[in-house]
Amino acid sequence: MTFATGKNEQIIMSKDTCFHCGLDTTYTKITFDDKSFCCNGCKTVYEIFSANDLTCYYNLQQAPGATPKDIEGKYNFLENPKIIEQLLEFNSDNTQIITLYIPHIHCSSCIWILENLSKLNSNISSSIVNFGKKTVRITFNYEGISLKNIVTLLSSIGYEPFISLDDYSIGKKEINRSLIYKLGIAGFAFGNVMFLSFPEYFQVGEFWLEQYKHLFRWLMFFFSLPVVFYSAQDYFVSAFKGLRSKILNIDVPIALGVSVLFIRSTTEIILNIGSGFFDSLTGLIFFLLLGKFFQQKTYTFLSFERDYKSYFPIGITKISDNKEESIQVYDIEKGDRLLIRNEELIPVDCILIKGHARIDYSFVTGESKTVSKQSGDKLFAGGKQLDGSIEVDVLKTVEQSYLTQLWSNDVFKKDKELAFTNITNSISKHFTITILLIAFLATIFWLFTDVSKALNVFTSVLIIACPCAIALSAPFTFGNILRILGKKKFYLKNASIIEQLAKINTIIFDKTGTITSNKETRINYEGLQLSDAEESLLKSTLRGSNHPLSRSLYNLLNEHNILTLDAYEEHLGKGIEAKYKNRNIKIGSAAFVGFSSDTAALNTAVHVSTNNRYKGKFTFYNKYRKGLSQLFNTLKKEYDLVILSGDNAGEENNLKKLLPTKTKLLFNQKPEDKLEYIKYHQTEGAKVLMIGDGLNDAGALAQSDVGIAISENVNVFSPACDAILDASKFNQLYDYIKISKSAIKIIKWSFLLSFIYNCIGLYFAITGQLAPVVAAILMPLSSISIVVFTTITTNILGRKLD
Amino acid sequence: MSVIYILLAISITVAVGFFIAFIMAVKKGQYDDSYTPSVRMLFEDELVKEKTNKTILTKKD
Repeated sequence: MTFATGKNEQIIMSKDTCFHCGLDTTYTKITFDDKSFCCNGCKTVYEIFSANDLTCYYNLQQAPGATPKDIEGKYNFLENPKIIEQLLEFNSDNTQIITLYIPHIHCSSCIWILENLSKLNSNISSSIVNFGKKTVRITFNYEGISLKNIVTLLSSIGYEPFISLDDYSIGKKEINRSLIYKLGIAGFAFGNVMFLSFPEYFQVGEFWLEQYKHLFRWLMFFFSLPVVFYSAQDYFVSAFKGLRSKILNIDVPIALGVSVLFIRSTTEIILNIGSGFFDSLTGLIFFLLLGKFFQQKTYTFLSFERDYKSYFPIGITKISDNKEESIQVYDIEKGDRLLIRNEELIPVDCILIKGHARIDYSFVTGESKTVSKQSGDKLFAGGKQLDGSIEVDVLKTVEQSYLTQLWSNDVFKKDKELAFTNITNSISKHFTITILLIAFLATIFWLFTDVSKALNVFTSVLIIACPCAIALSAPFTFGNILRILGKKKFYLKNASIIEQLAKINTIIFDKTGTITSNKETRINYEGLQLSDAEESLLKSTLRGSNHPLSRSLYNLLNEHNILTLDAYEEHLGKGIEAKYKNRNIKIGSAAFVGFSSDTAALNTAVHVSTNNRYKGKFTFYNKYRKGLSQLFNTLKKEYDLVILSGDNAGEENNLKKLLPTKTKLLFNQKPEDKLEYIKYHQTEGAKVLMIGDGLNDAGALAQSDVGIAISENVNVFSPACDAILDASKFNQLYDYIKISKSAIKIIKWSFLLSFIYNCIGLYFAITGQLAPVVAAILMPLSSISIVVFTTITTNILGRKLD
Repeated sequence: MSVIYILLAISITVAVGFFIAFIMAVKKGQYDDSYTPSVRMLFEDELVKEKTNKTILTKKD
């Protein structure tokens, strides 16, 4: 393969950062084309792009790339035809379509390069990026390029797709666009009906109008048919469901109003006694659907429904008779021998047979420290192997593994939203009864005064009282709050979460990864003072190691001259040994450095010995998030605070110092324990807000009234929850809860406002003088003023948050 | 005045025409992604010039 060097006119970036990915290049000396790169991986990507005239990639955005990772063997499962069949969206003779999720998509350069994939391989005919969802839809010819090669190609340019068990069969998923259709139809009909009914508003009795008004009226009737029978469908269904379970929800008066409007208008035009209320009817449904649409703010790049399937791989390598074979994860059976490669996730509970296991359980526990395991140790599903390949024997199938069993709990099957009476429905009960009462009283009154008007009054009351403005208050307020909070990096699953959040009285925190930060650690040294020479040797030794503990320790130590070591050896899972002149050093586990009295250590520690003399240990503590103490002190005034940790009690004393005294601290909690704890307190009347981060919190997040997942990077995965909070905004939690309470207040005020409109309307209705034009003015006016009121007030609230 | 029949017929035909266009646009998924097209339309100027004898990287594994 030859690479033609492309001509480049772009600005050369500062020498210290990688031209491709923007990382520091001070310690590496890789240059190509006058540009510096942090590693050969980045250089290779640049070479690929320049060879194919794709260097525009770097013009759109500075240093947009990612370092390609070694994926040797990782995607072997893409050779399995059964798996391919499930992943493909479309499959015919020589056209295949697949949608791949690529987490790295983040800028316009990404869109540009991924949509130019056809330049890199002619068998790819088109590729279309959906930026919001971070997906690319690739149309290709399977004869020319296999799916595995596409994935390899994407990985080689730093855009490794993420394929999980969740994608299995997702290819056939239908997108529900019915709300857009309904809204479109209602809007279309509303506009046309308005235009047809306009003449009759003012020109009553005019000659030509008299001539053609029947035609106009019947046209309006036909326009309103799809609105009533298609667009308004959901309101009838919901009202029916509500009535069946003896609840007067807000959809009951709406459905009543819509049917009365339609029946009365139709009767009027058939009997030729009036023009009907088709304008109000279509307008009402259009506004209601608009509110629904507005409330439906979705964060396409986030998912609130993730379970273990989103984390787990589709395929795994099985070893049978010394042959490697890719099988589907669901096909794993007890007793199988599996090969787990570097960076691969362990999908089942198993026993380590061969190799050095260093497992990262951060998906499961939120704890980013790795755990080393020896042959014969038990490994749990959900861990990620970080040190080369290992071989394991399967103990349990996927569904029966320790972690995945959590999902068989009933809590994951129930819909939280259904069990909750929202503010609109709770007011609707009184509202509906009052309206019906007024309607009957007014009818009775007119029966005795003027019988001919009685039916007119009865229907007028039901029409004008149709709670359009009330039904719009909550969607517009919550919809706007949802957007404001989204800008502040607090992403809510749906609007009802705001209401739930305003009601909580107990807040439960997970410890690791939630109140502690995964990125930063605090390191303490205990033991004999290290001499300068020793410290310099220590630093030089750590420099060579890629172990995360070594990296954090290396960054902590003072600057020293870097020595060129005479000997250096890394013992996987144990530690590092190095020699310089007559001194040698051992860094690693207690046993490795020859120190055995350290038995009761609860925290992660790195031990050091020089010349076979034990020196001391560096203990790693998790650093608590900024403003933690302050947040807890503000929260304690209004809420019960609990910390439920899956870890041991090593940090108990520290936490006691840091947090208000009445905070409950519970350690060694299994995932089911957390769930049960919350369930118990809910039966005692507590409204629980759970804040967690790992998969082990998934049960607790689902059980709680509101479950918030904390995430250092919202683009990576977080467990199923009601809301995702960016870790940097953790200390703002109290403000966010406060804003949800203010939202409820706004809604109550706008209810008041719409009652005033209702009273004005009722005056016209009861006195029997409700003309179509009054209804046509009053209804949009009340709806629009509610929308304006809630939008202005919520924006003021949002401004206060800054 | 019966010209109103023609006018009405025309206006409704136009309206229904746009309505059908809307339905088809939704059906094709044009409303599914409201962000990417706004970026994509700015790419025009960076289109790669076709060169005659350039090497195309086909496979890399």
